[in-house]
Amino acid sequence: MSNGHVLTPVATEVLSVRHELRDTATLSLLPPPGGAPFAPGQFSMLYVMGLGEIPISLSGDPAESGLWIHTIRGVGNVSQALVRAIPGDRIGVRGPFGSAWPLDRARGRDVLVVAGGIGLAPLRPLIYRLAAEPEAYGRITVLYGARTPEDILYFHQLQAWKESARFHVRVTVDSGADDWSGNLGPVTHLISPVDFDPASVVVFTCGPEIMMRFVIRLLLGLGVAGERIFLSMERNMKCAVGFCGHCQYGPHFVCKEGPVFGYDQVAHLLAEKER
Amino acid sequence: MNARTIFRFDASRLGDLLDGIAERGYRLLGPVAREGAVVYDELGGADDLPRGWRDHQDPGRYRLERSDRNLFFEFNMGPHGWKKYLLPAEEPLWRALWRGEEMLFEETNVDDGKRAFIGVRACELAALAMLDRVFGEGDFRDDRYLARRANLFIVAVNCTRAGRTCFCTSMDTGPEARSGFDLVLTEVAHGGAHFFQVAAGTTRGDALLDALAFEEASPADRNLAKRLLDEAARSMGRHLNTGGLPERLAGSGEHPHWQRIAARCLACANCTMVCPTCFCNTVVDRPALDGRSAERIRCWDSCFSADFSYLHGGSIRQSTGSRYRQWMTHKLSSWVDQFGASGCVGCGRCIAWCPVGIDITEEAERIGEELS
Ligand SMILES: Cc1cc2nc3c(=O)[nH]c(=O)nc-3n(C[C@H](O)[C@H](O)[C@H](O)COP(=O)(O)OP(=O)(O)OC[C@H]3O[C@@H](n4cnc5c(N)ncnc54)[C@H](O)[C@@H]3O)c2cc1C
Ligand code: SF4
Ligand code: SF4
Ligand code: FES
Repeated sequence: MSNGHVLTPVATEVLSVRHELRDTATLSLLPPPGGAPFAPGQFSMLYVMGLGEIPISLSGDPAESGLWIHTIRGVGNVSQALVRAIPGDRIGVRGPFGSAWPLDRARGRDVLVVAGGIGLAPLRPLIYRLAAEPEAYGRITVLYGARTPEDILYFHQLQAWKESARFHVRVTVDSGADDWSGNLGPVTHLISPVDFDPASVVVFTCGPEIMMRFVIRLLLGLGVAGERIFLSMERNMKCAVGFCGHCQYGPHFVCKEGPVFGYDQVAHLLAEKER
Repeated sequence: MNARTIFRFDASRLGDLLDGIAERGYRLLGPVAREGAVVYDELGGADDLPRGWRDHQDPGRYRLERSDRNLFFEFNMGPHGWKKYLLPAEEPLWRALWRGEEMLFEETNVDDGKRAFIGVRACELAALAMLDRVFGEGDFRDDRYLARRANLFIVAVNCTRAGRTCFCTSMDTGPEARSGFDLVLTEVAHGGAHFFQVAAGTTRGDALLDALAFEEASPADRNLAKRLLDEAARSMGRHLNTGGLPERLAGSGEHPHWQRIAARCLACANCTMVCPTCFCNTVVDRPALDGRSAERIRCWDSCFSADFSYLHGGSIRQSTGSRYRQWMTHKLSSWVDQFGASGCVGCGRCIAWCPVGIDITEEAERIGEELS
């Protein structure tokens, strides 16, 4: 963090832009000076002049701390402006904020990563870490669901991970054209206990809340303990530092105790409507 | 409890005390009677206090009336809280601007100077202590809040009368001010006498009292003051049974009573605006017309608004019932998880200022009862 107020961004430069999908781009930024390293699962607040500031997960490899990488899907004012950014643009950044995927918990065990849509972005730093030393874990499975084949994020990277002997990578889409020969249907259809030992697997999931609910219900049914399931929650955020109250989820501030939670921390909340 | 000396002074000298504070460079802020309510504003001196006014409060009702007792502090809580001075309802945080190709951020200075809060009640001290936890403790601190807080001189006033919407004894916050003040006053009118008892809570308070050279309070004076406080404690208009309440509310998610409250609640957000601990805020970006700069403004917000829980695709809390549930469970339950104490200090403001008279003590009891 800078020496300024915790709510004041630091100006930074967009170094490069990669157009991932028709509505999604990945921006590389210079980290804020004094640059605290980030951990997989954490997020930043990105500010666009006059438009606003939004939470966006760090999606790059934490080992490359000289660059802060964010993958943004344009859904509204600020996110669309970020997707349209070009190299050399200046934006504001604050962070890193929030909790991290507890990768340590997975050492020596099977790992299951389940992502939906843009939810793959906050999981990518974790996958980079898994890929960096796969021998430290048991079997590693990455399951990803996208809306259509055109919405598959990090397509080439998923292919590359698939090549790695230790990785199982499977992708599905909700609907595909005739030339799609891959899986069709929700990501839950890809979950199979053939890939992991339910008694010890550690699960990391991020995607639409409804998807995560179904994924977790299925895993609990297979005998995976709630204390080995971790998810990343999304709530409205205005400050990222516990001052604005917007991100409250039951007793939790998603910006401070989250976005990554252990399932047991939030099980009762997930079961209720309008939390 | 501090072992400091308790002094007394005749009510006619209250002005000297306030002048003494002003002479030390503090701007005086305190209660004034205006447009039918006691609100907080600048004070020129003791003459601006709402002397001789007293309020009557009930669910959805607040009325000021003349009292022949002619006391300085016979009223209880008005719609204002001190939070408006520490977390302004609208506050520019910073300005982003282009200088050539570069983007710069200029923070807006906090320049409120030294300020004295006059007439802070025990429940309000508890509310200030709570805001301190929200903005001044933990991993992130709000320097703006802390700068304002550091420049305060606090004159507390013990409540010698409780309102019909008060329940500070239930929340263990009053009616007696125990800590968090520079000076604490108790106003006593008995027989023909009208005097104040005063004690310091800090060395700054000590210094001021030394300079004023008041006489020490006699044991008889102190007994009188104590009796008034006991009476206030006994005359609480409302009561909330807090035993096990946080747990009951935490487990009340699907309770049918939320929908019954929702049928009455207008989601007007009055309760959150008047509540002295409600701190939620949002930000607004105001670009300059020439597009070369933009100001970021922090404003009070309320969990009763639809935007509050907005995510791409819609609000999480669509129904009024879910918003009221969020508000009340935050106040009385999750606040304890987050900050170690209830977010309700028992001031009763939300009860009086709710246009339809929804009473937090009554609704909390209902939720508790029907579950068990
Ligand atoms: C911890 C976290 C990590 C996220 N990571 C990513 C990511 O890696 N990639 C990605 O594409 N998206 C991510 N999001 C979602 C992203 O923040 C929203 O899509 C974005 O805020 C939408 O803002 P907008 O102005 O473009 O959209 P609009 O729909 O126009 O939103 C209007 C306003 O509502 C508010 N708002 C809407 N949604 C949110 C939200 N989720 N949080 C806070 N305020 C909101 C904003 O103030 C916004 O200006 C993340 C959200 C969270 C909470
Ligand atoms: S919830 Fe109501 S009674 Fe409790 S502190 Fe807030 S305004 Fe006062
Ligand atoms: S409880 Fe009363 S004051 Fe609060 S939002 Fe509902 S109607 Fe308004
Ligand atoms: S985002 Fe403001 S409190 Fe969490």
